[in-house]
Amino acid sequence: MEFFLQLLVNGLSLGFLYALSALGFVMIFKSSSVLNLAHGELLAIGAFMFLALSAWANLPIVLAFALTLAGTFALGFVVERLFLRPLIGESLIEVIMLTLGLGIMFKGLLLFIFGGDIHDYPKFLPEGLSLQLGAIQIPSVNVASFIIGIVFVILFGFFFKYSSQGIYMRSVADNQPAALSLGVHVRRVFALSWAIAFIVAAMSGIILGIINGINVHELSAIGLKVFPVVILGGLDSIGGAILGGVIIGLLETFTGGYISTSLREVIPYIVLILILMVRPYGLFGLVEIERV
Amino acid sequence: MEDHISLLINNISVVYSDVIQVLKGVSLAIKKGQVVSLLGSNGAGKSTTLKAISGLLKPENGKVTEGFIEYDGVPVQNSSPEEITRKGIIQVLEGRQEFKYLTVEENLRVGTATRWGKPYQKDLELVYHYFPALLARKRSKAGYCSGGELQMLVIGRALMAHPMLLLLDEPSLGLAPILVKEIFQIIRRINHEQGTTLMVVEQNANMALQIANYGYVMENGKIVLESEAEELRENPDVKEFYLGTAASGALKSYKDVKSYKRRKRWL
Ligand SMILES: Nc1ncnc2c1ncn2[C@@H]1O[C@H](COP(=O)(O)OP(=O)(O)OP(=O)(O)O)[C@@H](O)[C@H]1O
Ligand SMILES: [Mg+2]
Repeated sequence: MEFFLQLLVNGLSLGFLYALSALGFVMIFKSSSVLNLAHGELLAIGAFMFLALSAWANLPIVLAFALTLAGTFALGFVVERLFLRPLIGESLIEVIMLTLGLGIMFKGLLLFIFGGDIHDYPKFLPEGLSLQLGAIQIPSVNVASFIIGIVFVILFGFFFKYSSQGIYMRSVADNQPAALSLGVHVRRVFALSWAIAFIVAAMSGIILGIINGINVHELSAIGLKVFPVVILGGLDSIGGAILGGVIIGLLETFTGGYISTSLREVIPYIVLILILMVRPYGLFGLVEIERV
Repeated sequence: MEDHISLLINNISVVYSDVIQVLKGVSLAIKKGQVVSLLGSNGAGKSTTLKAISGLLKPENGKVTEGFIEYDGVPVQNSSPEEITRKGIIQVLEGRQEFKYLTVEENLRVGTATRWGKPYQKDLELVYHYFPALLARKRSKAGYCSGGELQMLVIGRALMAHPMLLLLDEPSLGLAPILVKEIFQIIRRINHEQGTTLMVVEQNANMALQIANYGYVMENGKIVLESEAEELRENPDVKEFYLGTAASGALKSYKDVKSYKRRKRWL
């Protein structure tokens, strides 16, 4: 029972991480229908930016964190402006190929600057954050990832539900010609979706870095996990991304705990295929509102 | 007087995808505060004319290749929709283009996109004042609204932008006659009370000419007839082909009026 609960807790916190990282991916897909194949590298960029600011520049942790958020947000705008915007109006496959190229470029740059070794953040999480629930031990990183995950999901929920910019973003995803006719700055919405994707990816990159150490190859590989997550949840559903993330996180830890650690990495993809066979638009994909 | 002109279209040609010419030398003028209607059968180029004004040709790969469009004396042809909407020209697209997955109120809020600071509270009240039916539906997804509610929604959404010149593309499309009447009454009130200049594209010439000051008839990408609205209502050709009343005065069936099976060329 304790083992089960421990796995449950681990699975949930891993799941929130996946959810967070999938959020950014879904955001870009929803607003511009682009599958961002560079998503794993976005995680790595955020994790390394935080490393550079906290360990190398020796800034106070809170400041380093805030600067990383601001920096990745700005970088998202720059990347959209330099690489994506010139391709607006081109066929989607070209844009997707471009993101593949961007991923390779980012990875190369990170390897050039930071090398392929595993780096570590300075220890900064207070030990007091860890929880002891009966016999279950929840390490402080997991508690932190849980809290950050939930806080961000709620913040984004509010942003999309109530803020004007959030509503404009949803309107572009819903009916682009109508949004244009009302003067919504569609290119700005695309740019904003990249900037937000960079931020949430950075968040998950940092948390993963705290848990596993920071390594270019590992972080960009984990970025690929967004595929089972978003396909499970439905490519265009934010709620689906969160649920999909939690499900994949739980599946991984339970498979690893009860069956075998070597199956752990494969199981998400097996489940993915099974689900796609039954529900091709994902578990929580938007159901088309049809007019009769 | 020049300064009373809100919009001036001078001899424009519009070409889609560099090869398909749709408008061939269209000219028209809209005076400030007036309602102008643009009539014509399917494929005449009415929507294309509106899109040439609002900048929405661009995303469809269309372009004004000749002539010019002036708004308040400033050339605006081939500007982007972002620029044109910020000058106060808002087009309500044909076929009720709502945001399906947004609620009615969220749909309305998108209308504030062009405005500084995105205020919406007061404007929502104004829209609900004109369209009380929307108030009851404000929290439901637009995708589940009826056709009449949607037409009100898209006009209300445009009002949120505080338009100076509102371009309406076939507001009567597919609505029951009683609803058409109601919507046209509200359009007239908006013109009177808000001082909004209006251009209404319609196939329902009867309704359109009732609220209009001036009318144009379009065929095959050209303006073939224009005059004061009353005069147009009395024109025998318009009577027969757009109002559905033959010289004898007998009313044809609603279906004939609506679908324009018969076509007549003026040129
Ligand atoms: N994006 C486009 N590319 C190429 N041709 C187009 C495009 N849009 C419209 N056309 C053509 O231009 C002509 C005029 O179309 P338009 O939509 O302006 O007509 P309309 O008068 O609004 O007709 P309706 O009453 O049916 O709405 C049609 O022949 C149409 O096929
Ligand atoms: Mg049309």
